[in-house]
Amino acid sequence: MSKPSKKFDNDPNTTGHVWDGIEEFDNPMPRWWLWVFYATIIWGIGYTIAYPAWPGIKGATAGVLGWSTRGDVVAEIQAAEDKLAPINAKLEAAELTQITTDPELGPYAVSAGDAVFKTWCAQCHGSGAAGAVGYPNLLDNDWLWGGDIENIYLTIKHGIRNEEDDDARYSEMPAFGDDYLEDAQIDAVVNFVMSLSGEPQDASLVAAGAEVFADECSSCHMDDGTGDRSQGAPNLADAIWLYGGDYASIKETVTYSRFGVMPSWGNRLTEAQVRAVSAYVHQLGGGE
Amino acid sequence: MVNYFKLIALALITFFAMIAANYARDLAYMVHALLIAGVSFGLFIWVLRKTGTEQVHPQDEYMDDVVRFGVVATAFWGVVGFLVGVFIAFQLAFPALNFEWAQGFANFGRLRPLHTSAVIFAFGGNALIATSFYVVQRTSAARLWGGNLGWFVFWGYQLFIVLAATGYLLGGTQSKEYAEPEWYVDLWLTIVWVAYLAVFLGTVIKRKEPHIYVANWFFLAFIVTVAMLHVVNNLTIPVSIFGSKSVIVWAGVQDAMVQWWYGHNAVGFFLTAGFLGMMYYFIPKQAERPVFSYKLSIIHFWALIFLYIWAGPHHLHYTALPDWASTLGMVFSVVLWMPSWGGMINGLMTLSGAWDKLRTDPVIRMMVISVGFYGMSTFEGPMMSIRAVNSLSHYTDWTIGHVHSGALGWNGMITFGCLYFLVPVLWKRERLYSLQLVSWHFWLATIGIVLYAASMWVTGIMEGLMWREVDANGFLVNSFADTVAAKFPMYVVRGLGGVLFLAGSLIMCYNLWMTVRKAPAKEASLSVAVPAE
Repeated sequence: MSKPSKKFDNDPNTTGHVWDGIEEFDNPMPRWWLWVFYATIIWGIGYTIAYPAWPGIKGATAGVLGWSTRGDVVAEIQAAEDKLAPINAKLEAAELTQITTDPELGPYAVSAGDAVFKTWCAQCHGSGAAGAVGYPNLLDNDWLWGGDIENIYLTIKHGIRNEEDDDARYSEMPAFGDDYLEDAQIDAVVNFVMSLSGEPQDASLVAAGAEVFADECSSCHMDDGTGDRSQGAPNLADAIWLYGGDYASIKETVTYSRFGVMPSWGNRLTEAQVRAVSAYVHQLGGGE
Repeated sequence: MVNYFKLIALALITFFAMIAANYARDLAYMVHALLIAGVSFGLFIWVLRKTGTEQVHPQDEYMDDVVRFGVVATAFWGVVGFLVGVFIAFQLAFPALNFEWAQGFANFGRLRPLHTSAVIFAFGGNALIATSFYVVQRTSAARLWGGNLGWFVFWGYQLFIVLAATGYLLGGTQSKEYAEPEWYVDLWLTIVWVAYLAVFLGTVIKRKEPHIYVANWFFLAFIVTVAMLHVVNNLTIPVSIFGSKSVIVWAGVQDAMVQWWYGHNAVGFFLTAGFLGMMYYFIPKQAERPVFSYKLSIIHFWALIFLYIWAGPHHLHYTALPDWASTLGMVFSVVLWMPSWGGMINGLMTLSGAWDKLRTDPVIRMMVISVGFYGMSTFEGPMMSIRAVNSLSHYTDWTIGHVHSGALGWNGMITFGCLYFLVPVLWKRERLYSLQLVSWHFWLATIGIVLYAASMWVTGIMEGLMWREVDANGFLVNSFADTVAAKFPMYVVRGLGGVLFLAGSLIMCYNLWMTVRKAPAKEASLSVAVPAE
């Protein structure tokens, strides 16, 4: 049943054991294999002497090279900070409005701000800064809180509607659906708002909507619907929509309101980083 | 008499499982309780019907029915696991495949553990159980020990697979990679595994051969070590006896270390030692040549067993893990290189004097390429464990490529080779239905692996370099989303590689099925236990 192994005349001896027809040659271990194995063991012993390795009761051997991962990263960060310290100091001292035109600071701030943006801002605003629903597009010239560098800087430094920074920009749109306006009134004002930017709408409701708008909305969004940057009230007359410009989205906004939050980056980033990313956003295309 | 105890036990299990289903705190637990109630009730009826008829086990015959079932289960779970793998590969390339209607059970997060567990534990585990049962009987010239305990191991393991898989889809997971099943599934696996150890060890102990064959050393090391790893890594406290959620007793970096001690040795003992056991029997059998070197097998066995267990910390370089543990993990991994290659040398050199078979026998070609992939991944592994290399490769797709060149190339191919060997023997056929189809399988699988591994090397090294790319001032150049977008073409190539590998396995299933159905029968009985000397 069990087929025995085939043998040739010049085969080495076997160990003499047979299992189900399987035999084993009594070959020595290949020399190269054995020597490489020994070499890795010797290297291993040397490496564990050089680097932190063997645990004891109260701690581990530190290694004769005095190397550690944490020491390594501290040294690297320190070297980078030392190298950039002079120009960062200059950036912090400069007038905000002068940064982008300064031949030395301008390019530096943009490349530094680019890195900050990709690390901290891209998650919401997108790595290309074009935004997403609920997160403004930073490439156009439509600004909620102002598009000059000082206003961009303030927005980034303190954030919007967060609870961690007392200087955060703040405003709150009422939820008009909360027993405040009749459904018909909401319907009408939504159609009026859509007419401001020329979106297709039910023309018969626009006049009634205009009345509601004048009573309830114009104090923040202004009579002509162009908005008010001091309150972060969006311009409703352009065709740019943060939460969507179709009937259903605008109706949801009017009924339940919106409350977009941005963190306070002054609490997380250095002053130089905040200034750099402000300069970066300012030069993306819409800076004023 | 035993049957009456079985009936009482099954009745009690059914009863308590139904109570548990009633009080269940979450869906996964309830479904599992109902499943267990159903299974134990079915078994109750089955035991009841056959009570009174005496069962006789012919002690001079090998117990091959359970191996036959194992072969079928291996092929079945293999196809399931590969299919899920192909699907989630395309989910990564085309996120729209995470369908809105399937959120919560068929999104990537739910299907990923289903894929890994299906291929490692369902496909690999069944292959290991089936081949170890086959090999230990042949090389011990003894029937499996423990009467029907072998059947309990097989069906108990299938139940574990079903509980694990349905648990993942329903959200019952303890979120430990490759150890996701929740506490009661872990307990069940422990029982099954101890039975497996008993069957295997019992058979080795009652062997009629004077020595224990090397394949059985590897199988035994695999069974014992996996038991230890499984128990220590799954020490949890259930939040409720009626819920699936449990809390692990390890915390913080200790938990991470225990997890990767487990995780790396699941690779080391499940996917390496166990599969080396398969290699040590089936390659000499298929090549019909003696094993190259007994001495090498002893030394590389003990070196592998001793070194592997310390290599886990290399999964945690540059983390909260102390530097000394990270150094030791790296050193043991590098020293492990030659002991791993000992298996490759013994496998390949066994073919000396039979190299001509590579031209005529696609099955041996499959086994040889699997040993080749084994050698490649056991070189790549120690290299990636070196801290400086790891700082580039860690968290990238390079790791994914590495594990798949090992899993598809080594574990997959050697298992296919074993299945092609076993089916004609177990179903008493003269030969396989078609060697040409084996060749097709070989090339589809090989090209699939090359596409998979190459695309993951490219995309892994690319994203590693993109993550660290800085400009002259030391500022980051790429955002994370940029690196994800850049990987898209390679993700498509990876998916296509998976399609080829899956297609090959379907061809294998057809070929094996036709072998059983159509290949000419063989008269000589192969199932009588006779010592070889």
